[in-house]
Amino acid sequence: MATIPANEGFDAHDHAHDHDHDHKPGFFARWFMSTNHKDIGTLYLIFAIFAGVIGGAVSGIMRAELAQPGIQYLGYFADLLGTANPTFDQQLHLWNVLITAHGLIMVFFMVMPAIIGGFGNWFVPIMIGAPDMAFPRMNNVSFWLTFVGFCSLMMSAFMPGGTGQGAGTGWTVYAPLSTSGSVGPAVDFAIFSLHLSGAGSILGAVNFITTIFNMRAPGMTLHKMPLFVWSVLVTAFLLLLALPVLAAAITMLLTDRNFGTTFFDPAGGGDPVLYQHLFWFFGHPEVYIMILPGFGIISQIISTFSKKPVFGYLGMAYAMVAIGVVGFIVWAHHMYTTGLDVNTKMYFTAATMVIAVPTGIKIFSWIATMWGGSLEFKSPMVWAMGFIFLFTVGGVTGVVLANGGIDDNLHDTYYVVAHFHYVLSLGAVTSLFAGFFYWFPKMSGRMHSEFLSHLQFWVFFIGVNTLFFPMHFLGVQGMPRRYPDYAQAYSYWNEIASYGYVIMAASIVIFFVNMAYAFLAGKKAVGNYWGEGATTLEWTLSSPPPFHQFETLPVIDDAAHAH
Amino acid sequence: MSARVIADPRKNRRVGLLAAGGAVAMLGLGYASVPLYRLFCQVTGYGGTTQRADAVTASGIKVAAKVVTVRFDANVAKTLPWEFKPEQIKQDLKLGERKIATYRARNLTGRTITGTAMFNVSPEQAGKYFNKIQCFCFTEQKLLAGQDVRMPVIYYVDPAILDDPAAKNIEEITLSYTFTETAESAAAALEKPIALSMEKPLDPARVRR
Repeated sequence: MATIPANEGFDAHDHAHDHDHDHKPGFFARWFMSTNHKDIGTLYLIFAIFAGVIGGAVSGIMRAELAQPGIQYLGYFADLLGTANPTFDQQLHLWNVLITAHGLIMVFFMVMPAIIGGFGNWFVPIMIGAPDMAFPRMNNVSFWLTFVGFCSLMMSAFMPGGTGQGAGTGWTVYAPLSTSGSVGPAVDFAIFSLHLSGAGSILGAVNFITTIFNMRAPGMTLHKMPLFVWSVLVTAFLLLLALPVLAAAITMLLTDRNFGTTFFDPAGGGDPVLYQHLFWFFGHPEVYIMILPGFGIISQIISTFSKKPVFGYLGMAYAMVAIGVVGFIVWAHHMYTTGLDVNTKMYFTAATMVIAVPTGIKIFSWIATMWGGSLEFKSPMVWAMGFIFLFTVGGVTGVVLANGGIDDNLHDTYYVVAHFHYVLSLGAVTSLFAGFFYWFPKMSGRMHSEFLSHLQFWVFFIGVNTLFFPMHFLGVQGMPRRYPDYAQAYSYWNEIASYGYVIMAASIVIFFVNMAYAFLAGKKAVGNYWGEGATTLEWTLSSPPPFHQFETLPVIDDAAHAH
Repeated sequence: MSARVIADPRKNRRVGLLAAGGAVAMLGLGYASVPLYRLFCQVTGYGGTTQRADAVTASGIKVAAKVVTVRFDANVAKTLPWEFKPEQIKQDLKLGERKIATYRARNLTGRTITGTAMFNVSPEQAGKYFNKIQCFCFTEQKLLAGQDVRMPVIYYVDPAILDDPAAKNIEEITLSYTFTETAESAAAALEKPIALSMEKPLDPARVRR
């Protein structure tokens, strides 16, 4: 990370100009027709919090239902959503709708908008010393495509989807359940929602790639870019290469459903397993899309609060590139039970385990950054260290699941659910909170309460571990995913997991209290409120930064200790 | 304006278009995967895809001592009113030996129906070595109203299976067929379903539904 002369301000002052640089448009023009990367980032963050609350509430219904064996609440909620006197099958269909909605919302409308659209938009241009994104109007289109995609998914819940209302296909939308198995417009709306948000993300990826390649300030070479910018660059390439494959696959689903094609229908010469290949060719890079920007955020935070440059900067940057590249050639480890032969399984097992190497480089480099550093346990640092622990737990179970032989046993059990929630719900979401508390005062100009942030961390940490750790036990004991009911033997740990949900939900309440405190009574934030460890360009600006920054470009100091 | 423009818009447009071109190429690759996947299955026997051999190739195959059992399975799609079953449950044969098995299909309706049979073998690893010389599944089968036909399949299991570590221990192979009505046949049935079974035509508006 480059160092910048601390006393040099890069705010866009209107020196002797006859127009006002910091002029903001009116409310409607500013928020609905926005072309400003910071405003669009804010929109993304607000949208992601909103979608996250909905996706989290859906999982609350799921945990309530799973707290005891038997069906207790699905009938009530099916009735609430408009199916009067739901039959048993319609109640179970609602379960499928809930798991589908939870997965799609959290992946496409919470994590991705927050971490790429929100933090990426806000801080990539600032960190490379650019005044804005390369294509500001396209940036606006990206956001609103994501927004209408979300509306389309919400609408699908109120349409017929086969057995009951809504799309009950799982987030993977496997054929034939999603084709001949789900009659009615609900699944079409869900697929359309993926088309829209996917198009938004591809446009966003084009924008980030162009911005990072073309708009770096003088002296900001690729090898001096902050690691968060590196992480977004790699993520943008993953989006660009993976999402079109999903678009092709779900378009084929759509034509199979509505126009008589048979891409995935054996009766016409198709094969449903092809859909799985296409889906996971997208789906595996997708999980790195969700976590890589988190890696970038964690690197910034660990470096800031250790008051040291990141250990092994180049290794950290190219580890992310390696994770991105290898991420494209491991997809069939999601499909070990589809009848792959033993050599294919061996390849995918080995390739998958190779990913542990660059990931290990990152974990150990973070620890080495802290080693001997002048550590300061401000709230973002605590969240970041929580991330390292939780993500490592999820990574270890990932190496277990990578084995084709073991996976035959654990496939589609709660062990898998535990694994991917440790890396995503606990990993990606923890990095989101870490980034949020790191940058919230920068974005809003108001300090949050450090006490409430710490409190939220500990309540969240206890909650999510109580919620997800027992799922390892349930999975090893053989409890399958995607069912609202289970054998009596699984009830003990399920009940504990549901208590964990309540604790986790309480931590989210603390979050909103903290936000209310910050906006009502928070102290005004200075430009660099974290002090000497914070060396990237956003700390040279006021908090919040001016509406347009860097009209006089910063020149990156070539000093030897650049990183 | 004292602001320095760091990226000229033309350069941005070029990088942006290149990136967008990459996305479009991946979209094309998604669609190209459909024929590529089919080819891949035919070549490798992936998913239990059986092989097709001509009589000349088949006569060059040496018979090995090992005996395998082939079991026969028959299914019809829910929407196809046919009866379809194998005339033998299983056959024992030496690797490389040619055998003929027969299936029987009967059209249970009063209309002509054309169907095609989908096929694969299980375990899937055997697909690469399961060769059909002649099969009713190579062509569409047209059954007139109430017609009952016997349909042969001539096949052998390639002794090369003994050289494949993943497949050499296979003792039993199941050959499975599923008949479905062709799209043309189903469409033809929709056009005039009444004339075949009703004495007086219904209200045309209701028929077309």
